[in-house]
Amino acid sequence: MGFSPTKAAIRFGEGLSPNIPAPQSIAAVLDQLTGPDLVAQRHPIPTVTDMLPQFVEVSEARRAYRRKRDTADAEALQDRFRKARRTVILAQIGHTKQLFARSIVTPNPFRERLTRFWGDHFTVLGKSGVLRNAVPHYWEEAIRPHITGTFADMLKAAITHPLMLMYLDQTASFGPNSPAARGRRGLNENLARELLELHTIGVGAPYTQTDVTELAELLTGLTANEKTGTTFLENRAEPGVETVLGRDYGGQAASINDVHAVLDDLAKHPATAHQLARKLAQHFTSDTPDTGMIDAMAAAYLDAGSALMPMYDTMLNHPSAWDSFGQKVKQPIDFVASAFRALSLPTRSLERLNGAKLRGYIASPLSAMGQPLFRPGGPDGWPELAEDWITPQGLAARLQWSMAAPSAFYRSLPDPRAFLDTALADLADERVTFAAKSAETRREGVGLVLASPAFQRR
Amino acid sequence: MSELNRRDFLLRGGALGCSLAASPLLTPVSFASTPGENRLVVIILRGAMDGLDAVRPYGDPQFADYRPRLMASLAEDTDLDGFFALHPALGGLMPLWRAGELGFAQAVSTPYRDKRSHFDGQDLLEAGTGQDVELPRDGWLNRLLQALPNATSETAFAVGREDLKLLSGAAPISSWSPDARLDMSPQARLLLEQVYHEDPLFRDTGLDAMALADSLGVASDDSFGLSKRDMRAQANLSAQAGEAEVLAQFAAKRLNASARIAAFSLSGWDTHRAQERGITRALQKLESAILTLKSELGPHWNTTAIVAMTEFGRTVRENGTRGTDHGTGGALVMAGGAIRGRKIYGEWPGLAEAQLYARRDLMPTGDVRAYPAWLMNGMFDLDVNTLETQVFPGLYMGQNPRILT
Repeated sequence: MGFSPTKAAIRFGEGLSPNIPAPQSIAAVLDQLTGPDLVAQRHPIPTVTDMLPQFVEVSEARRAYRRKRDTADAEALQDRFRKARRTVILAQIGHTKQLFARSIVTPNPFRERLTRFWGDHFTVLGKSGVLRNAVPHYWEEAIRPHITGTFADMLKAAITHPLMLMYLDQTASFGPNSPAARGRRGLNENLARELLELHTIGVGAPYTQTDVTELAELLTGLTANEKTGTTFLENRAEPGVETVLGRDYGGQAASINDVHAVLDDLAKHPATAHQLARKLAQHFTSDTPDTGMIDAMAAAYLDAGSALMPMYDTMLNHPSAWDSFGQKVKQPIDFVASAFRALSLPTRSLERLNGAKLRGYIASPLSAMGQPLFRPGGPDGWPELAEDWITPQGLAARLQWSMAAPSAFYRSLPDPRAFLDTALADLADERVTFAAKSAETRREGVGLVLASPAFQRR
Repeated sequence: MSELNRRDFLLRGGALGCSLAASPLLTPVSFASTPGENRLVVIILRGAMDGLDAVRPYGDPQFADYRPRLMASLAEDTDLDGFFALHPALGGLMPLWRAGELGFAQAVSTPYRDKRSHFDGQDLLEAGTGQDVELPRDGWLNRLLQALPNATSETAFAVGREDLKLLSGAAPISSWSPDARLDMSPQARLLLEQVYHEDPLFRDTGLDAMALADSLGVASDDSFGLSKRDMRAQANLSAQAGEAEVLAQFAAKRLNASARIAAFSLSGWDTHRAQERGITRALQKLESAILTLKSELGPHWNTTAIVAMTEFGRTVRENGTRGTDHGTGGALVMAGGAIRGRKIYGEWPGLAEAQLYARRDLMPTGDVRAYPAWLMNGMFDLDVNTLETQVFPGLYMGQNPRILT
């Protein structure tokens, strides 16, 4: 028990790679977070802000076409719309591939894991059109820059991000007594509720429907549109003071500062610290994490004023981070990413995939495993428990992919015995070693290694 | 690693030896052992269906005042009883209503109150308990199976990709998605069993997967058959696997064979904004599921009861964004030849502000669990005591509403 480089690479990374050494110490895992984010530069993904002009062009072209659908210009306008949409879709296919490329080549895989973890904590879904696949842009903008900073900053970036405001209906919410409501529009409490229940203090914390309603009123004014991104429209804001969890906000001229103030307070709330510590510990160490570890992580977070590095440091240096090895099952995206990394899939093989192949080899199998790309069931994100994933139908999908996908990418597969050593090193047990040796074909041998509990667990 | 043993209790129950023969799924199932001819389908509506929009109390004079913008599309031909009318998107179910094969319960809820969280609400709905006890690890539909002496692993089917908490528990069940397959050579299967041997979760689930794929005819022993072309064809199949019609078709096929209980879920009910559009889409899915079950079940429709339930209702007032927020009392949908339909069950609480729950939600006047409980009582001969203590601990079933024909 205790730390080992193999465990560190599998638990807190994207698994072993034949080209990249496993971290040799706990400090080396944490060091992955301190340098510049090189892999993001090498495999760039634009932010939503970067993409906005293209999104706007798609919407404008669609509107122009719809307005003149019955005129002589219709064909040209339809062309313009289709071209604009196609440009974005092709770009987004590329960005999805960049996500997997990062996991394959990065020497700092803890970053990728944390980005997905926090991206899941702040789940958004693109509701329509080209926004449906905009989640990687949102991660790049609101999540990734903050995974080594403070939670307060990430909270502000995520909650005020246009995709979040659209997803949880904040863009439609008006203070009932605001000038812009004109007696016709009013409150939508969706974002306020999830902000308390999911993003900060958690459903077990003592808050009431009144807190939800007051927070929803406090959030009014905060909105977004495609052209300008997030804005604060004072004439939508509910006038007066709002009281959330016993503290008063607003009362002066309404501004985004009122929203920032409540988010800062929520970030520093002990219930938030506990909920974040529990979620991190559950995601990285065990479906039923050590309570001492959670308490220590929450304390480190509060001491550091919501800085996240001390919480990671506490987690990694707690004995339970290593003693509980094997209790987590990889989520499908993590499984596929770690298989690519172990197979050392050349990133140009990924780049060559067209939309249909990306769907056939990666996206659709992920759906069958229960994790459709960028489409969790709701704002609570993906489930954590092993039995949520290892169902008969989910495991069948993992088996199918294990046996079929590697040979979709490689004309000749590695010797399963050598692959076993690459993928699991000192964690290969007798049974999987026997299977790798006894399989009738390389295809099945490699498939059995990928399907083995030793590879599926972490 | 005691965590690894949880699956034993969740999916298949009793401690298993390592021998393959011990798996209930590999034990031959005899037809005579199935519990009767009655069939129960449970549909979980995730996201909180607005029961007041699905089954509109237009006869209550206050209703229109609460919902000036949501009532635009009231249609005469979906009137139910002069007080309630169906949402027009459920118009295709009117023939069932007239035939007495469709009914509803209004103003019902689980014991869940106040926090109005989807996720806690759904957990409680599937657990079937009150709020005053620790959430059990099993779902109420699994506890029904535990109480049925002749139930086998094929008696109940969870359909779809999700792990349905409603059906998980000690009694063995089947769980499969309409697009799932298994293509492995016999040698690879044997080796896989070896590799999974010491990991109970993977071993038991892997054996289940193999047995299910075999019995459903979606297994082949040709590992090499899955070419790149096949992978892409499979992608097309997968794209439809979550559709209501496909789920219902698959469920009906199992119910026409040895299954007597099937469950799946439909989502898309969380209509905070532009509800008219959102709920229309969701109701169409529900309608399609019910009509597909009817057509696919053929003669078995007569002994079938479908019950569709949601975690809670939505606010009585429409919100500022042409939608509704999380509420309390809601509606339950019942359909099937076994249902005594053409009736709205439950006690209407009224809509005056003082009659609302917390001055915002429809007041629940009945426990939603009582309806599936009475169905089980009539269809599977379960006595009230078992239902009130084991299947739905803490439930008071009250007077028999006689919802079965």
